[in-house]
Amino acid sequence: MNQVKILEAIKINKNFGGVQAVKNISFEVNKGELLGVIGPNGSGKTTLVNLITQFVRLSSGSIKFKGKKIDHLPPHKIIGLGISRTFQMVRPFYKLPAYKNMIIPLYSPRARSLLGGKYGDRDAMALDLLEEVGFERDSFVAYKPAGVLPQGYLKRLELAKAISLQPDLMILDELFSGLSLAEVASIVPIVEKLLQKGISIIMIEHRLKELFKIADRVIVLNYGEKIADGVAQDVMESEAVKNAYLGTEA
Amino acid sequence: MLTGTIIYALINSVILCLIAMGFNLTFGISGVANFAYGAFYILSAYTTWIMINSFHLPYFLSVIFSIIFTMVLGALMYQVVLKRVRGQAISEVIATFAIGLSILELFRYLGFVGFEYNLPPFIDASIVIMGTYVDVQRIIIVIAGIILIMALWFFTHNTSLGLAFRGIAQDERTALTFGIDSDKIATLAVSIGAGFAAIAATVIIPLGTISPSDGYDILMKALAVCIIGGLGSTGGVIFASFLIGFAERFTDTFIGSHWTMIVSLAALLIVLIVKPSGLFGKQKELEERI
Amino acid sequence: MKKRKERIDRGIKARSGDIFALSSYREMIYLSTPRLVPIIGFLILPLILGIYWQKVLLSVAVFALLAISWDILAQTGMVSLGQALFFGVGAYITGALNHYWGVPPFISIPIATIMGGIICTLMLLPVLRLRGIYFSMVTMIIPLMLVRVIEATKIFGGTEGLTGMTPLPSRWVEVYLVIGIMLICLFGFRRMLDSDYGLVLRGICDNDRSVTNAGINIYWYKTQALFIASSIGAFAGAVMTHVYMFVGMPVFALDYSMFPIAAVVVGGPGTLAGATLGACLLVPLSEALRGFGGLRIVFYGIFLVVFTVAIPEGIFPYIQRKYNQFERWVEVDK
Repeated sequence: MNQVKILEAIKINKNFGGVQAVKNISFEVNKGELLGVIGPNGSGKTTLVNLITQFVRLSSGSIKFKGKKIDHLPPHKIIGLGISRTFQMVRPFYKLPAYKNMIIPLYSPRARSLLGGKYGDRDAMALDLLEEVGFERDSFVAYKPAGVLPQGYLKRLELAKAISLQPDLMILDELFSGLSLAEVASIVPIVEKLLQKGISIIMIEHRLKELFKIADRVIVLNYGEKIADGVAQDVMESEAVKNAYLGTEA
Repeated sequence: MLTGTIIYALINSVILCLIAMGFNLTFGISGVANFAYGAFYILSAYTTWIMINSFHLPYFLSVIFSIIFTMVLGALMYQVVLKRVRGQAISEVIATFAIGLSILELFRYLGFVGFEYNLPPFIDASIVIMGTYVDVQRIIIVIAGIILIMALWFFTHNTSLGLAFRGIAQDERTALTFGIDSDKIATLAVSIGAGFAAIAATVIIPLGTISPSDGYDILMKALAVCIIGGLGSTGGVIFASFLIGFAERFTDTFIGSHWTMIVSLAALLIVLIVKPSGLFGKQKELEERI
Repeated sequence: MKKRKERIDRGIKARSGDIFALSSYREMIYLSTPRLVPIIGFLILPLILGIYWQKVLLSVAVFALLAISWDILAQTGMVSLGQALFFGVGAYITGALNHYWGVPPFISIPIATIMGGIICTLMLLPVLRLRGIYFSMVTMIIPLMLVRVIEATKIFGGTEGLTGMTPLPSRWVEVYLVIGIMLICLFGFRRMLDSDYGLVLRGICDNDRSVTNAGINIYWYKTQALFIASSIGAFAGAVMTHVYMFVGMPVFALDYSMFPIAAVVVGGPGTLAGATLGACLLVPLSEALRGFGGLRIVFYGIFLVVFTVAIPEGIFPYIQRKYNQFERWVEVDK
């Protein structure tokens, strides 16, 4: 199968003044696939995302997006090239209505050029995008201040903000955390729809059962190193992964 | 001339270090912005003066009273003002600076300006070191400085109270979970920092007169030394005092007295732009730059 | 029976919130009054005040401009402790142009405004990336340094400054020019901050990581806000140079930095209108207290502290609330 590599990380390292958060990790994401990233707490998953989007600089190694090196670019440029990410700790602009939260990503150069001109009606676009992620129009929930929305809606808002940037690669950092089973079940179809549109996705997750249902491949991190890389089934059965999560016999 | 400049540079460095120590204790080590620091310095000097000249108390008692009074004032300022704006760094700066401004300008308004406002030196004599005349007072300053700096070092690194000070600056929440009452510690930090200012004033002011304008200069110098050395790093502050102390003296002798302050301020600007955590501060990558 | 206080929008506020407001004179008056009163007030006052109080009004407008400039920066997340920098740079540019090359004020003032904006922005560019408090400290230090540099190098007249500037055609031009620009800035930038562009700026203040994550170059927008604010400040300085016909080291004085902060803190940060209100209150107060000499500064200091600590939202939001909402006691159902 001829896979196009949309993202390649080559021997990336990150050192935080003595703490090696990411150690010599290499991996790739193929176009249109959903790659899961799992690992115990503190294994470097969020640092990995920060490195890909350059919110944090690489200590060494390189990262290529669509074949071109991106690790020397500032974060906003990388996002402008077509990578979006969500944050683990969702922090919207609490006092603003949900749809006003969307205005800022819609104001970005990328959204403006791809979604139709500088003077498009951003308010209308915001409401449309929110409807696509499940903000029911007749309930007017999009007009409520973000501060009063429950976690499920906040996660969808984060997702909508990332989608509004028309990305080719999306990185979702713990999308399922804090959601009930029902909420997860209603958000998964949205993720699948994105895959169908051809968007590649990296998902960092702790909720393994739900992740393995939709992930094509999974990589596992432990103490900053990649200890497994493959199809969900194989990874689940690997010794190294079991030891990482459950520990070894003393 | 060179030896003389070096000797005075050494003395100047210790003076700067003495001045910066108290500010470092509050702002650097404990993370509480006290921009009324310069005002406290001058206030303690005026208090001593008033005790001596208006109430005719003996010198020693006046000094003790002044130091305690300044410490109480510092604690009061924390309890009444700082506590309510804790956490918002800019509000802390504005509020404390406004207080300092009020104090200094009040003294200026009340007419405490003039040559008669000075404090007596401990020993009024001078000796000759390597061909240069040096007042004994300056020697005393150096000795006092060294003792105080060593005491401060010991305090912050080896006593539990000192460690508590550092704790609340690093991570207030964690400190709270350890049972450290952040407000109480911060009050002590401001108070002791103010006390340091008072002690520094007592030994340094006798070199000249008490003047409200100096209050701003003192704050600027303390700020410059602490930032360049690295907020929170006692060793850094010592190093920076010597760096600036020498730079100031040499600029004064060989370039011109007008340029002295410019050199310090320029050094401060460069440090802020290139490495805001200072020469010896721990670089907090994610906190410093956006 | 337990009661709680409830705040609800007034009927007229609710009715006038949409286009239907155009259907009734009452609603139109309700909406336009808060805007017309300051405009008409400022435009009429110079005609009825004597020369002395006209100069005070001029001061009000100048400090209002500095306060508005501060507020714009603050809303973008930058707290400036050195408004005097913008004021002084603008003052010196027009002073130098006029003194050395005889450029008339109606050309040198606009040049000073734009060039002042550019120079100040360039000066502060290196520190835009720093965390708030470091940025603020640099803004405090640069004017202090510039004063000493002028003193040491004796450029632009050194300690004596430059005298003999061309004055503006008449005191009417003086006062109406500044008031006019002030009103334009007040309403214009309020509009700007309410728009989507303003939302980006305010977003940078609230959560800059989130705005970066939206693919927006926050430094570019901060630079823009800085340019706008410093140009406003430079204009204020430039005009005052021609009013006093003098420019010297005092243009970098602490007063020009502290006063705008006090005005905004008292009037209410975040609204631009609060900044203007604060200036309208503090400047005349300061004049009235002139007899107290140095004690005035003590008052400011105390004012500043009290408002920062106890009334952080300022006076304007209070007035706004009273105008738009009413309160009543309501029974709490068990």
